[in-house]
Amino acid sequence: MRESTFRADFRSTLAGARTRTLARALALVLAAFLAAFFHAAAAGEWQPLARDGVHDPKGPGIKLLQQPADALGKLAPDHAGNQVRWVQALEKGQIAPREKLNPAREIRKLDQDIILDLKGGMPAVRFPHRQHTEWLDCSNCHDGLFRMQTGGTKISMFQILQGEQCGVCHGAVAFPLTECMRCHSIPKEAGKAPQLPPGADPATHQPGRPGS
Amino acid sequence: MGGVLALAFLCLAGYTPLAAAEYADVVINRQSERNGMRPVIFPHWFHRIRFRCKVCHAELGFKMKAGGNPITMTDIIDGRYCGACHNNDIAWAPERCELCHSGKPGLPTGIYGGHETSGPGRW
Repeated sequence: MRESTFRADFRSTLAGARTRTLARALALVLAAFLAAFFHAAAAGEWQPLARDGVHDPKGPGIKLLQQPADALGKLAPDHAGNQVRWVQALEKGQIAPREKLNPAREIRKLDQDIILDLKGGMPAVRFPHRQHTEWLDCSNCHDGLFRMQTGGTKISMFQILQGEQCGVCHGAVAFPLTECMRCHSIPKEAGKAPQLPPGADPATHQPGRPGS
Repeated sequence: MGGVLALAFLCLAGYTPLAAAEYADVVINRQSERNGMRPVIFPHWFHRIRFRCKVCHAELGFKMKAGGNPITMTDIIDGRYCGACHNNDIAWAPERCELCHSGKPGLPTGIYGGHETSGPGRW
């Protein structure tokens, strides 16, 4: 008699414990979903510096620094990276970043697209020198990251994803590698060369041609 | 059950604002903490509004690699690296320690940002 009572009690205790664990697990899962929901809802906004995880909220300078939302909220919007289309912001005159400190320094710009054809099924890549040289100097890429010759450097997504080649900036400071189609923007039919954009000089995309 | 709990915990951990630094923020802590200062937070977004990449990365000689530049306060006071602008002329002077040395203690040097930035290698 006593034994069976004990067993029943034990079972009910066990069941209670299971229910509690289950309830706790469910609460955690619910909390995770809620957190995910609020995280998604917060997209399009910028964390205040005091809550960004890298600034010390107790630091004496935190109240004096410009908040990302104050500066970035006025610029051409994006869904990735800083949530700013930096090239557009520059082209629209929303920002006017300086090009040099030393007035004697030569500013070098180049308006030339390079089309990188691929063996696989992805659209070909259009690399526009114009947008890149608005921000960067030739020496930032040539001849360290890339040889100054069309087709002279074997470029691979494997290296890019590891932070080499284009990945030195894209995925770190320029728009991230989640935005495949911003680079892979030239559609092509299977087995055929990609169609060049109107006005592009086919001669500039021949492998082996030295860059200007 | 343990699996569910672990999964829920992982989900939660993934959504805490630990990785909410602004895209391309750089923590510079080669020298700071060992000299008793908070690490430096360098926000790319703030500087990009005011300067093009080439100013720092071509004209001033900053390597495009977090942790790749041996910046010291002596350099800065002498007008090199950050000191080319942070000279009380173009931007605030090096005496305003707290404006740059504003990071959480203990952060290692590196590039930070949202889920899309892990610097090299997302996988």
